[in-house]
Amino acid sequence: MENSNDFILRVSNLCVRLQNQTILEKVNFKVKKGTSLAVLGPNGAGKTILFKALLNLVPYEGKVEWEEKVKIGYVPQNIAVSDIPISVEEFLSFRNGRDVANCLEAVKLDAEEVSKKPLGILSGGQLRRVLIAWALIDNPNVLLFDEPTTGVDIGGEEPIFVMLNELKKNEKMTILLITHDVHIVNEYSDYLLALNKCVTFFGESKEIMNPAVQRTLYGETVCAGAPQR
Amino acid sequence: MLDTLLLTLPIGIAVGVSAGYLGSLMVLKKMALVGDAMSHVALLGFALGIRFQFPTWLGAFAVLFVSAIIIWDLGKVTKLSFEAIVGATFALALAAGIYLIPNQFDLLEALFGDIASVALLDTIEAVVISIIAIILTKMIYDKLVLGMISEDLAISKGINVSRADLLYLLLVSLVVATGIKIVGSLLVGFLVAVPAASAKNVSSNLLRYSLMSSVFGAISASSGVLLSSYLNVLSGPMVVFSGMVIFVASVLLKWRSK
Repeated sequence: MENSNDFILRVSNLCVRLQNQTILEKVNFKVKKGTSLAVLGPNGAGKTILFKALLNLVPYEGKVEWEEKVKIGYVPQNIAVSDIPISVEEFLSFRNGRDVANCLEAVKLDAEEVSKKPLGILSGGQLRRVLIAWALIDNPNVLLFDEPTTGVDIGGEEPIFVMLNELKKNEKMTILLITHDVHIVNEYSDYLLALNKCVTFFGESKEIMNPAVQRTLYGETVCAGAPQR
Repeated sequence: MLDTLLLTLPIGIAVGVSAGYLGSLMVLKKMALVGDAMSHVALLGFALGIRFQFPTWLGAFAVLFVSAIIIWDLGKVTKLSFEAIVGATFALALAAGIYLIPNQFDLLEALFGDIASVALLDTIEAVVISIIAIILTKMIYDKLVLGMISEDLAISKGINVSRADLLYLLLVSLVVATGIKIVGSLLVGFLVAVPAASAKNVSSNLLRYSLMSSVFGAISASSGVLLSSYLNVLSGPMVVFSGMVIFVASVLLKWRSK
């Protein structure tokens, strides 16, 4: 039996139009507290714009309803740090001067090793962890993560997802992440939202192994008949 | 000569520090040429000041202020880069300014700066304006840097990036208008761009970068003022020569550290 208090986010009839182009059309889904939702879809499917709409960064029609006491941490896909002489310590200190060493420890980085380094010379994996540390400073209960492994080498991807999973379990955090990787969906998320301007599938992630669901992911977009679980 | 120096040196230091500090953001925003172009816009205000006999820095600031708002607004509406918009407008202001300036002597002063005519009031104005510009910029510095790193990240944290950008443009206008007296409208853009570029060559964190940019700005401007006073030549080019010595040294240091 579903209780309305179980959900931290409800999205109904969400439409986004930018420069006369339809980016998202009638997107509906809801997210249970303490679960993880993977948003999967091809390039241009509207995944990043969906996150921006959830954060109220772009104009939209429809409803985005967060639980009243929600605190959101956001990690964007791209940040421009290569040309800015800013150290990890300075970047994290932008947020209310919290203890930088603790922030870095929370994401399993050695404060002594990285805190004085410029952001621009960190490895892809280190940079992602610093961004997660940034997002966690306010003790959020929801983490929105756009492509967690952008710029991370193959060996560095798994530990990031393991860490996100630990955050979900230990901190009872709700995690929404955008990914292209079916393996990540299967291993590290509870629910899957397949997107291609509209929702082509929404249900439990384990369904991704179902051939009928895979056809909706990789076949033609069938917005009207999207399976919803 | 000592009396003149007591008036002009504080202007040099104040304008150098403030232009260097604000310029550190200009260089990070990749808008160094915008600062240069904006300084040309100031010529129109300078000319209006001479024509209608009110303080030239006030005229320069008024024109820069209006230009900054137009640039900011056009940027929001058209989504064109600052470079494109400034490039399209500054030549007009420069042409109008040159047309309006009554004689060649005033034109030379407006273009290249002249410290011979500095009065006590000019010094007080420059120092006070520079201090105000530095304090206000310090208040929005982190917000602007975060907006450069990721506008979405900044907005998601409740930072009004657009408003911070506007305030920054207005503060740049104020500093450029103040700097025209010693460096001239053709060269004041140098003080905004080059000390910051030199500082970037020798900095690995933001604090050091903004600090070094201010120090290099102060050294460039004050040594330029001293040289021009000693050699009895226009101050603007001397400021540029001093600043270029620092820039070349910073490039050599960076080259050696690689």
